[in-house]
Amino acid sequence: MSVASAEQVGPGTAHDDGWERVCLLRDLLVERGAAALVGGVQVALFRLPDDTVRVVQQRDPYSGANVMSRGIVGTRGGVPTVAGPMYKQVFDLTTGRCLESAGYAPVQGLAPDLATWPAEVRDGVVHVRTRPAPADGAS
Amino acid sequence: MTGPQTDPAAPAPAAPDAPRHLVVVGGGMVAQRLVEALRARDTAGTWRVSLFAEEPRKPYDRVALTSYFSARDAEELTLGDPALWDDPLVTLHRDCAVTSIDRAARTVTDRLGRVHAYDELVLATGSSAAMPPIPGNDLPGVFVYRTIDDVAALRGWVEEKRRTATTDGGWERPVRGAVIGGGLLGLEAAGALKALGAQATVIQFGTHLMDAQIDLGGGEALKRLINGMGIAVRCDTGTQAMKVSRRTGHVGRLDFADGGRLDVDVVVVATGVRPRDELARAAGLAVGERGGAVVDLACRTEDEHVWAVGEVACIEGRCIGLVAPGYAMAEVVADRLLGGEATFPGADTATKLKLQGVDVASFGDAHGRTEGAMELVWADPVAGVYKKLVLSDDARTLLGGVFVGDAAPYASLRPMLGTELPGDPGLFLLPEGSGAGAPSLELPDDATVCSCNNVSAGTIRGAVTEHGCTDVAGVKACTRAGTSCGSCLPLVKKITTTELARAGVEVSNALCEHFDLSRAQLFDAVRVAGLRTFSEIIGRFGRVPEPVTDTGGAVLVRDAGRGCDICKPTIASILASLGSGHILDGEQAALQDTNDHVMANMQKDGTYSVVPRIPGGEITPDGLLVIGQVAKDFGLYTKITGGQRIDMFGARIEQLPHIWRRLVEHGFESGHAYGKSLRTVKSCVGSTWCRFGVQDSVGMAVELELRYRGLRSPHKLKLGVSGCARECAEARGKDVGVIATDKGWNLYVGGNGGFTPRHAQLLAEDLDDEALIRTIDRFLMYYVRTADRLQRTAAWVEDHEGGLDAIRAVILEDSLGIAADLDAAMARHVGDYEDEWRAVLEDPEKLRRFGSFVNAPAEPDPDLAYVTERGQIRPATEDERAALEEARAAGLATVPAGPVVIAGTTLEVRR
Repeated sequence: MSVASAEQVGPGTAHDDGWERVCLLRDLLVERGAAALVGGVQVALFRLPDDTVRVVQQRDPYSGANVMSRGIVGTRGGVPTVAGPMYKQVFDLTTGRCLESAGYAPVQGLAPDLATWPAEVRDGVVHVRTRPAPADGAS
Repeated sequence: MTGPQTDPAAPAPAAPDAPRHLVVVGGGMVAQRLVEALRARDTAGTWRVSLFAEEPRKPYDRVALTSYFSARDAEELTLGDPALWDDPLVTLHRDCAVTSIDRAARTVTDRLGRVHAYDELVLATGSSAAMPPIPGNDLPGVFVYRTIDDVAALRGWVEEKRRTATTDGGWERPVRGAVIGGGLLGLEAAGALKALGAQATVIQFGTHLMDAQIDLGGGEALKRLINGMGIAVRCDTGTQAMKVSRRTGHVGRLDFADGGRLDVDVVVVATGVRPRDELARAAGLAVGERGGAVVDLACRTEDEHVWAVGEVACIEGRCIGLVAPGYAMAEVVADRLLGGEATFPGADTATKLKLQGVDVASFGDAHGRTEGAMELVWADPVAGVYKKLVLSDDARTLLGGVFVGDAAPYASLRPMLGTELPGDPGLFLLPEGSGAGAPSLELPDDATVCSCNNVSAGTIRGAVTEHGCTDVAGVKACTRAGTSCGSCLPLVKKITTTELARAGVEVSNALCEHFDLSRAQLFDAVRVAGLRTFSEIIGRFGRVPEPVTDTGGAVLVRDAGRGCDICKPTIASILASLGSGHILDGEQAALQDTNDHVMANMQKDGTYSVVPRIPGGEITPDGLLVIGQVAKDFGLYTKITGGQRIDMFGARIEQLPHIWRRLVEHGFESGHAYGKSLRTVKSCVGSTWCRFGVQDSVGMAVELELRYRGLRSPHKLKLGVSGCARECAEARGKDVGVIATDKGWNLYVGGNGGFTPRHAQLLAEDLDDEALIRTIDRFLMYYVRTADRLQRTAAWVEDHEGGLDAIRAVILEDSLGIAADLDAAMARHVGDYEDEWRAVLEDPEKLRRFGSFVNAPAEPDPDLAYVTERGQIRPATEDERAALEEARAAGLATVPAGPVVIAGTTLEVRR
């Protein structure tokens, strides 16, 4: 049995320009996250209804587990969000900022907000920058 | 003065600030209230309390005694917070009556001969059931109705009589019961006899039932209602003798003064109560003309250190056999003991009969004895309704009222006693929905809303405005209003809601920022509109955040956003309940909650646990071997669950399909341990093996589990089936509990464990298999359709208008005309069921979602780490991880002593 995508792009296909080809856009379901390895780091990809892709860290700061891709995608006041699947914090998918901590504190050593990675869809292929965006959320 | 210090049983000579000693004689409701009130207010701990109870129980709710027949659990009647009896300043002596008082020495002697010194003494001995001097009143089979033991003895007698009545003649006849006394207690006793399956005839000496509380007209209406319940009534009837049955030696016949006779197997005497003032008399305290220790308005006897409260107290010249005035006295004494100046506010003798299906209430001057009083009567003999207001001579001031058959106005009118009614008083008596409508009442702040706990309208308003309560549950907890008999709850709710609205707090049942509807409203909307995707639903029913201003001819876009982790799983559940295909089909996949996403339960490290269904907890040895082998092959930690099945932990997301392929091949299916849906039907082994079992509980549990498996609901659902009344399956701790009887099954609903444990309540008795399943079908489907998000059945039943009685009417009597619809919906569920996991394994597109990384689908999460403990794996702690990192950094080939770290996920454990 194979659970693999027949057309996976494969890890480690970094290009000199500092971007990495991660997968095809059609490998992603709208509003359902997927995990990926980018530059050896676990990230979570989210395809939004407008077919743009947002990328944040896969590690959930509030549990320390690598699960962010399994959160529920939605909006809050029009801003696209993902809810942490473990303890239900809400994060802004664009900036990574934690909008609601739900009464929890991050596990030791982790920042409350998510790191984000710039991502682009070029000819149906999702490209993610190998380095995260600066911490202020601007890309 | 002989101080308590001279007494051998007294505490060591008191330090100046040592607590003083209060002795309370009696362990009833009023005694409990006194101790509770004192401990709540005496924060400095200036008093320690010893309470001497004659019964071997903690104080219990005597008013609710009749419910003991259905609850059958004395613990459920226990009053107040049990923590009170763990308070170091409170000592409860159970089964330990006080036998004498020495007022000079200030000591009491208990039945074990122990002497206890007191600083202050409170008599709360209550009253005993009066036994009129009718010849034969000591025959076996004659009972009173006062304590749990009385009720238990009565029940045992009726059950025994039913057995012998059946076998003696070889044919079955009902047990014949009579109740002497047609007051509040007598009617409750008659209801209890009926509940036990006996016939009941009420013998009333006076002209009509409940003649102390209601007038003749009300009594006549009440008689019709009581007759309607299958209880016979004889008024104007004196009982001359109770005659023995020669055959049994038990009571066998009642002879009446008018020459009439009645054959009986059991007699309950409920002709009133007599204050238990023996101690007071023996101690030389003054007693009233009709008994009771005489007290002043401070509840103090002529001895300044002796007080009396409750039914034993003769206050304002009489003893009062109601609990609310007793509570008021308890509060007065608690206040006085702490230096206050409280006085008894006068007795609120309002009563409400708690007999299922019969509404009777009266308050104030129910008989219109005030000079110049006018009576306003509304009667509907056909419907058995009689309502009366007693008004002052100007027809404005409310003096009292009687309600029979429809006590709806009682809750809002009773607090208006003594005040002027707005508008035409007659409007209050018209039936609801008659168009006229009663004027809305704005209660004055000092009006008593909850007379059991003496809570005023102002206190309830204050709970909202000052203490920030935002719902009825909060107000109840804050003020204790409605926590005793509950009859004022509709009014509490109304005041709370009004006050919240006034405070600008929006009383919203909106699901989240995306939907203004509650789950139940949304369920109906989706069902009726026939919508099947989230996009359609939010497009149609979603809330648009801000009104779109006129854009001058441009197309207005309605955009309610894309939902959130509240509304998406709710809609996923609604769609699943409505039978909208596989939960991971198309857009539905993105709606599912964390666990439904991959149909497994996420654990703390992001791996999952896997639970195959084991219906009824019944599993073959081969099945056990399969699960064991799968767990072993995948290196999973195994544990038996509380629901009689096996949980396998530590499965990585990309392993789930492989694990399930193995399980499905061997006939297992999803156990839905991850879903807001049916979890398990727990069972005991039942009549197939058990010496005591009376029905096949395992067979029934398997049938129920296979019927309701996969049913998506507002919250998880748990069922239980016990094969006899010993209840080994703990079914009453379940949402639906089924307990075998020798005639079929008793059905209980609304139980749960967890944070707020609840016992399930009896919904229906002695059902056969078919009726049982039909009743559960409807209960579950009605719950699925109308409950709030994450509301378990217990809370749903409580919140449902009219409570369990109303739900029973919907399910058993089809009062809403939806029973056929509910049946059809359940039939559809049963017919459409398919195993979610099997369906995923057959669908490559769904299987793709189980890859660990979209660009490396078979690569395990490299951060997972485990240690072994007691022969199985568990996630490594932070310290253990740190130790591993250190060892690696130091270049050690093996990990140092301590727990063995199985670094990563591929080492050590065979996968």
